[in-house]
Amino acid sequence: MVRFLIRRLLFAALLVIAVSSGALLLTRLAPGDVTANLGAFAPPDEVARTRARFDLDRSPIAQWGGWALRASRFDFGDSFLYNRPVGELIRRAAANTAILAVTALAVATLVGIPLGILTGSRRGPLPAAVRGVSLVCLSVPPLLTSLFFVFLAARTGWLPSGGMTSIVDASWPAWILDVARHLPLPALALALPLAATFERLQSQAMSETMHQPFVVAAMARGVAWRQLLLDHAWRASLRSMCAIYGLAIGALLSGSFVVEYVTAWPGLGRLMYEALRARDIYLVAGCAAMGGLFLAFGSVVADLLLFAADPRVREGQAG
Amino acid sequence: MTRAGVALLVAVVFISVAAPWLAPNPPDRQFNTYFYAPPTSLHWSAGDGTYFYPLQVVSRLERRFEEVRDRPVRVAWFSGHLASSTDDREPLLLLGADSYGRDIFSRLLYGARASLGLALLATLAAMIIGAAVGGIAGYAGGVVDELLSRLSDFVLVLPAIYVVLALRAVMPLVLPPREVFLLLVGIFGLVGWPIVARGVRGIVASEREREYVTAGRALGAGSLRLLAVHLLPATRGYLATQATLLLPAFILAEATLSYVGLGFPDTVPTWGTMLHDASNVALVGDAPWMLAPAAAIFIVVLGVNLVVQGSGRPPLVR
Repeated sequence: MVRFLIRRLLFAALLVIAVSSGALLLTRLAPGDVTANLGAFAPPDEVARTRARFDLDRSPIAQWGGWALRASRFDFGDSFLYNRPVGELIRRAAANTAILAVTALAVATLVGIPLGILTGSRRGPLPAAVRGVSLVCLSVPPLLTSLFFVFLAARTGWLPSGGMTSIVDASWPAWILDVARHLPLPALALALPLAATFERLQSQAMSETMHQPFVVAAMARGVAWRQLLLDHAWRASLRSMCAIYGLAIGALLSGSFVVEYVTAWPGLGRLMYEALRARDIYLVAGCAAMGGLFLAFGSVVADLLLFAADPRVREGQAG
Repeated sequence: MTRAGVALLVAVVFISVAAPWLAPNPPDRQFNTYFYAPPTSLHWSAGDGTYFYPLQVVSRLERRFEEVRDRPVRVAWFSGHLASSTDDREPLLLLGADSYGRDIFSRLLYGARASLGLALLATLAAMIIGAAVGGIAGYAGGVVDELLSRLSDFVLVLPAIYVVLALRAVMPLVLPPREVFLLLVGIFGLVGWPIVARGVRGIVASEREREYVTAGRALGAGSLRLLAVHLLPATRGYLATQATLLLPAFILAEATLSYVGLGFPDTVPTWGTMLHDASNVALVGDAPWMLAPAAAIFIVVLGVNLVVQGSGRPPLVR
């Protein structure tokens, strides 16, 4: 267990370093740099000063080395766009993305898993209807759901159609209420396709385990249907679901970029997009590092869930 | 279910191939008095055949239109197009017009060509790279296998849309459409190959141990021949499945990129650029027909999902 954890943490560290370094070098080697934002008629000394401020006058390797050294002390450089330290910007954006992603994940889990158990273990009009709805939801990726919800919001005025807050400088309770009003739209847009994915996969895993000898044996012993379903079949199907959860974090990150863009949610994806377009080199690297951290966190959590759910893995019988 | 899915996909392919014949108007033609015009409603009577009433702007600010009831325009069937207006100045706008007064229906059909063509070529590229890398890794084994597998695992972990975004954003932002097309095919191929490679590697590595391969080697077949003629054909079924999964992902990737302004320029009709045109919240509120490309994307993805899900196992009967 300890050795396994250490290996996963090492992988996580490697992922964060590789992703952020890759983003930094890619941005550096791309044609054009951050000084393009100063305009075509910027005085040459201002251009030179800006280039020096972002280490663009040094070689790419030297720049990367200096950045990595400072990043190891949690100094991620400055952003040109916001004229502020990158660390501060990233922290706020990451928190916003986390609010969105965690809400969406919770909704998708609470809706998708129970429905998947239902459709995976029963036949009849209700499971068939659920399956149909789920197939439709599976076919509306976050880009389409968010566009559609924004359209609905604009048409009906039930919910604000974009942004995260409308009140500036609100007190704590007012801020929470304000965010809670803005959250359902992007969170649902992100959760809907994910819930459908969970439902489909849980349904498949469930119907596969229902065919296994130990479930049939339990059924023959006369175990109550409810207990059979939850204690026997569902627990065994959790193994493949845990693996899906690790991947879901990636899907959430990808989806949240689109949703954040369409609904103007001030999260990490939006920040990264702005940074990439402006060639704001340290902001790009910082966003990539944070994204890598999210991914690594997701895969570690998925592994821990697997440990908790499956005794076979705990005892090292199955990799 | 599978059949319904296949039918949907075949219909979409037919539509994109037959776009010039099915579309009532050229995709780039701007009708100056028809900015944001709503869809034309068709009428039918025994004497006049199919006809519609041309639209007249009542208020440009509120984008309000009114039908000119006393001047019906006949629709000509099968005269070069499936259906077209007999009056050149009064267009037949089945799905309304966009912000430049262009026919959304026609753009949707032509857009299918660009969006599907791009996705198909990108899928092909991802397949070729994936099959080559996976084949080599599975056949060679050892250090080569280890290196290539680690590389594909690494790319697989990254959320694809960010990689696509980063690769596209570091290229010059304004490029001619042809170069954008090739660039996107390349980028999508680069992002899509690992998932193909992983499966191909597994199949090739296990097939390599089979008797027919040993027999082939004994008969003097070289590694390249064994790989290309005997081993890779074994992955056909797997490749077909992956292709059906990659295709909608690439259609969506184009739509996302064009939507955020990093894909094709607005003059090229693709489903993504059309959505970009619809990105103004207030406008979409009163001009929902601008969201038509979203429906098109939905139909393609639904078709693929029907095909994939239809081949699954039914649940156990209680």
